[in-house]
Amino acid sequence: MLWLNVILQGVLTGGLYAMFAAGLSLIFGVMRLVNIAHGDLIVLAAYVALMATTALGVNPLVSLIVVVPAMALIGYALQRGLLNRTLGEDLLPPLLVTFGLSIIIQNGLLELFTADSRKLQAGAIEVATMQVTQGLWIGVLPLLQFAVAVGVIAGLQLLFYRTALGRAFRATSDDPAVAQLMGLDTRHVFALAMALSLAVVAIAGVFLAVRSNFDPAIGPARLIFGFEAVIIGGLGNLWGTLAGGVILGVSQAIGAQIDPGWQLLAGHIAFLVILALRPQGLFPKVSG
Amino acid sequence: MPEPLLDVRGIDAFYGDFQALFGVTLAVDAGAVVAVIGANGAGKSTLLKCIAGLMHPRAGAIAFDGDDITSTPAFAVVKRGVSLVPEGRRLFPSLSVEENLLIGAQSKRPGPWTLARVYELFPVLAERRHMPATALSGGQQQMTAIGRALMANPRLLLCDEISLGLAPIVVRDIYARLPDIVREGLAVVIVEQDIVQALRAATKVHCLQEGRVALAGPASGLTREAIAAAYFGV
Repeated sequence: MLWLNVILQGVLTGGLYAMFAAGLSLIFGVMRLVNIAHGDLIVLAAYVALMATTALGVNPLVSLIVVVPAMALIGYALQRGLLNRTLGEDLLPPLLVTFGLSIIIQNGLLELFTADSRKLQAGAIEVATMQVTQGLWIGVLPLLQFAVAVGVIAGLQLLFYRTALGRAFRATSDDPAVAQLMGLDTRHVFALAMALSLAVVAIAGVFLAVRSNFDPAIGPARLIFGFEAVIIGGLGNLWGTLAGGVILGVSQAIGAQIDPGWQLLAGHIAFLVILALRPQGLFPKVSG
Repeated sequence: MPEPLLDVRGIDAFYGDFQALFGVTLAVDAGAVVAVIGANGAGKSTLLKCIAGLMHPRAGAIAFDGDDITSTPAFAVVKRGVSLVPEGRRLFPSLSVEENLLIGAQSKRPGPWTLARVYELFPVLAERRHMPATALSGGQQQMTAIGRALMANPRLLLCDEISLGLAPIVVRDIYARLPDIVREGLAVVIVEQDIVQALRAATKVHCLQEGRVALAGPASGLTREAIAAAYFGV
C-alpha cells in the first residue's frame, strides 16, 4: 500500500510536468524554437498570479481567469517583437536570445520581488483529501491538477487536429514558405503559437505556486523537467508528453521514498535510461 | 485597350549577388492562358516567385488589377487573388489530402471553388480525401496542389512545372482539365519545360533565356525555328 501510494502521488505530480512540457513541445513543433526561458516564464506566471491574487483578493485558481490571458498576451508580444526576428535557417540565434531572456526574467523578478520564497494560498482545497480505499488517500488539489493537465493535453490535441488554427500550425511547421502562399502570415501564426504556449505556462505556473514554494531562481529546474518529459514521451506526441511527465513524476516519487535526497536524481536517471535505450522517446510521432 | 490583369514591367531579381531576371516584362489579360517556356535556370520559377510575393524584385514593378504588388508579401498577394502551384508540388506532409485542400481556402476569398467542385474536377481525390498527402501518387499529388491553389478562388493561377516528374499520360490527363478550370474566367500562367504541352494550352507564349525575354507572341504565330532559337539561344 505504501508503494501504491508513492506511485499514485508520482502520477499526479507528473501532470504538472506534462504541463511544463506541453508548451515547450508546442513551440518546438511549430517553429523549431528551443525556448530556454520556458522555465522562467513559468515562474513569471507564478508572480503574475501572486500580483493578481494580492490585488484582486481572489483564490489563485480563480486568478487563472486573468493570468492565462495576460500570459498569452505577453507571449504574442514576445514573439512578434523579439523572437520572430531570431528565426531562420540557424537554430542558434533563438537559443541564445531565449537564454538571455531567461537571465533577464530571473534578475527582473529578483529586483522586483526579492529572493524571498513565496507561495500562493488556495485555502481549504490545499489540504482536502479523498479516501480511495483503506490506507490510500488522494489530495484533492493534486487530483485537480492532474485532471487539468489531462484536459490541457486533450484540448491541445483537439485544437491541433480538429480546428483551422491547428491546421495552420501544422502547415506552417511543415513548410513556412508554402504556408505564406496559402495566405498565412507566418509571423502571426508563430505569435499565436507562443500565446498558446504561454497560456499553458500560466496554468502550470499557478499550480506550481500553489503546490510549493517558489522564488525567482527555480525556473531552469522546471525547464529541465519539461525537457525530460518531452524527450521521454517522444517529440511531437502530446499524449506521449503526458506519459513522459508521469514517468518522470513516478521516478522522482520512488527515488524520494527510498531516500529523500534521491528525488531529483531518480528522475534524471529514468530520463537517461530511456534516452540510452530509446533515444526517439517512448511514443514518437509516426510520420514527419 | 483595357488594362491587363497582371502587368509585370521590367523587373530585375537577384539571389544574393546573382542576378536571375533582367528587365522582364509580361502582361496577362483577364481570362488568358499564357505560357512561359525556357531551359532550366532561365528564370521561369523566379518570375513566378516574384509575382506571388515570395521574392521581391530589386527594380521594376508588378501590378495586379491596377494595384502595385511589387513588395507585397505572399500572404497578402494570395488574398488579392493570385495563387501559385509551386514547383515540386510542396504539399503539407502532416496534413491529409482534404486538409491540404482546406488550407488552400485559408484566404477566405469567395468564389466558385469549393471542396465539392475540386472533387468534381479530380474525382480520385475524393476517394483518398483522408489519406496523408504523401501517400498519393505523383499525379494525384499534383492534382491536390492544383486543387489547393484553386480553393483560394484566384483570378490568376500560376502553375510552376506541372509536368515535372510525371508520366506523359498523367500530364495529358491533368492538362485535359484545364478548360474546366479556365471556364470561370480565370487567367493562367503556365511555366513549363515541356514546350509542346505549353503551346497547346496557351494563347500567348513568352520564352525566357538566361533571365531575359527572348521571344514573346501569340502561340499560333510562332514557328518552331523561332522558338528553338529563343530557347537555346542559337
